[in-house]
Amino acid sequence: MTADRDRRSIGIVTPQLARFDKPFTLACGKVLASYELVYETYGELNADRTNAVLVCHALSGHHHAAGYHSEDDRKPGWWDECIGPGKPIDTDRFFVVSLNNLGGCHGSTGPTSINPDTGKPWGPNFPPLRARDWVHSQARLADRLGIDCWAAVIGGSLGGMQAMRWALEYPERLKHCVVIAAAMKLSAQNLAFNELARQAIISDPAFEGGNYIYQQTTPAQGLALARMVGHITYLSDEAMANKFGRDLRSGSFEMGDEDNIEFQVQSYLRYQGSQFSGSFDANTYILMTRALDYFDLAREYDHDPVKAFRHARCSFFVASFSTDWRFSPARSREIVNALIAAERPVTYTEIEADEGHDAFLMPIPRYIEAFTAYMKRVGGDG
Amino acid sequence: MRQDLSHIQRWIEPGSRVLDLGCANGEFLQILRDQRQVRGTGIEIDQGNINQAISRGLNIIEQDMDQGLGNFPDQSFDTVVLAHALQAVHYPDRVLEEMLRIGRQCIVTFPNFGHWKCRLYLGARGRMPVSKFMPYTWYNTPNIHFCTVRDFEALCRERGIRILARDVVGNTERKPLLANVWPNMFATTAIYHITR
Repeated sequence: MTADRDRRSIGIVTPQLARFDKPFTLACGKVLASYELVYETYGELNADRTNAVLVCHALSGHHHAAGYHSEDDRKPGWWDECIGPGKPIDTDRFFVVSLNNLGGCHGSTGPTSINPDTGKPWGPNFPPLRARDWVHSQARLADRLGIDCWAAVIGGSLGGMQAMRWALEYPERLKHCVVIAAAMKLSAQNLAFNELARQAIISDPAFEGGNYIYQQTTPAQGLALARMVGHITYLSDEAMANKFGRDLRSGSFEMGDEDNIEFQVQSYLRYQGSQFSGSFDANTYILMTRALDYFDLAREYDHDPVKAFRHARCSFFVASFSTDWRFSPARSREIVNALIAAERPVTYTEIEADEGHDAFLMPIPRYIEAFTAYMKRVGGDG
Repeated sequence: MRQDLSHIQRWIEPGSRVLDLGCANGEFLQILRDQRQVRGTGIEIDQGNINQAISRGLNIIEQDMDQGLGNFPDQSFDTVVLAHALQAVHYPDRVLEEMLRIGRQCIVTFPNFGHWKCRLYLGARGRMPVSKFMPYTWYNTPNIHFCTVRDFEALCRERGIRILARDVVGNTERKPLLANVWPNMFATTAIYHITR
């Protein structure tokens, strides 16, 4: 391990498993007799148990948010830019909990787990989930870890939606809510892209209505295509222009050489697609995108976000990125305006960044500075 | 602290809610919070200032007041402050109307363009005044709507805005005698406490 890795990284981390045997009633009314959540923790819980921070993951995320799983692990966790010693979520100060959500495919109970009633994987029969199911299962994990109140619940994108749901479902159990590049509900355009991704999977003949899981096959083609669609929405026009432009990976426009023309962006998307299809479960992807589609923060509050946020007791930090067209700054401003009208303490910043929606994962100096500055006040208020 | 800011503190009730439009790095809101237990919110557009204000533990909203303030509900703050920014907004009259809608009372400070030095500069040289206090030239200044004490009071009369109090900053740190007697000629900064 290099010196730089040593200094800035939390280092080697080991996932843990928590099993819950008390029946868990989901928002859809179905009951899970038991379930498991895989999670990681970084940093030390203080004696008063007041420095715990929950990190909620986005659509395709998982529990491995920071550090490395082994000495020769090439890539760190997905939010290593923001979690570690001296980073915005400073592991010298905070006890960070990061889990794989219920319904996931990285070790928590989900479509690839065994359904105790049948002895076979759940597959397409895993009950539908809502963001609130994740929040309630996370609250049980907090109970297990002895955390009465989070210093902060933090998330980007779909993770930010969970953080907001926390503020409404358990107002007494968090002091700060950090919502990055999120929205209170999806737009029609967002829904359309998710449907396109699902149709890509469903129309792959290998999907077999989700029963691929019993036949040792995977709808790799469909899953790759779904990821490619998703990935385009995570990047901005600017980011793609900067990263790939019209550069060719192979071939040329010389006469007779056109046959093997491939643009860099084509090759990149294919690579992303194939990487993803090898590591993610198709039924889980469908389940997760549906939970994202159904999320509507204010639905049960007469569709009034101001009324919804009046239930919150925490302070909010909201951030957006100028070129994010998936959850644009306008979506974040809706959150902020509802919080202002509900008279909740809120800080909002709109970061100039070319990177689109994915910017929330990246070390953009002004973003890191604002995030770090906000996190300094977290934990100081008991 | 800038003189106009130390002057307006006494008009702000301890424990009240204050909205500071163009709060810069949040120094003033921090003083109000620490010394008067004020619950403050600031809006600002400069990214460096915003990060400094976040570091001070303040609630800061990144927002351009030229794009409107419609997201702040009617009478949702006790006091709305606009310090040294009136001359930099696109539509000062609209911003004033919005301030009076949002706040029970408002405080406005601005550089007085009627000050004798400005008049002398313009009268003698025939060119737009440039000073240590206002160091920009006409083509690169953020200050696009200069006005005088008399201009501002005329606008208040026209719009039915009540002036609760007026204060001035003169050329010197001492009590600005001349500026009190003849503010339009001798005040460098005019300070108004207004309501509707």
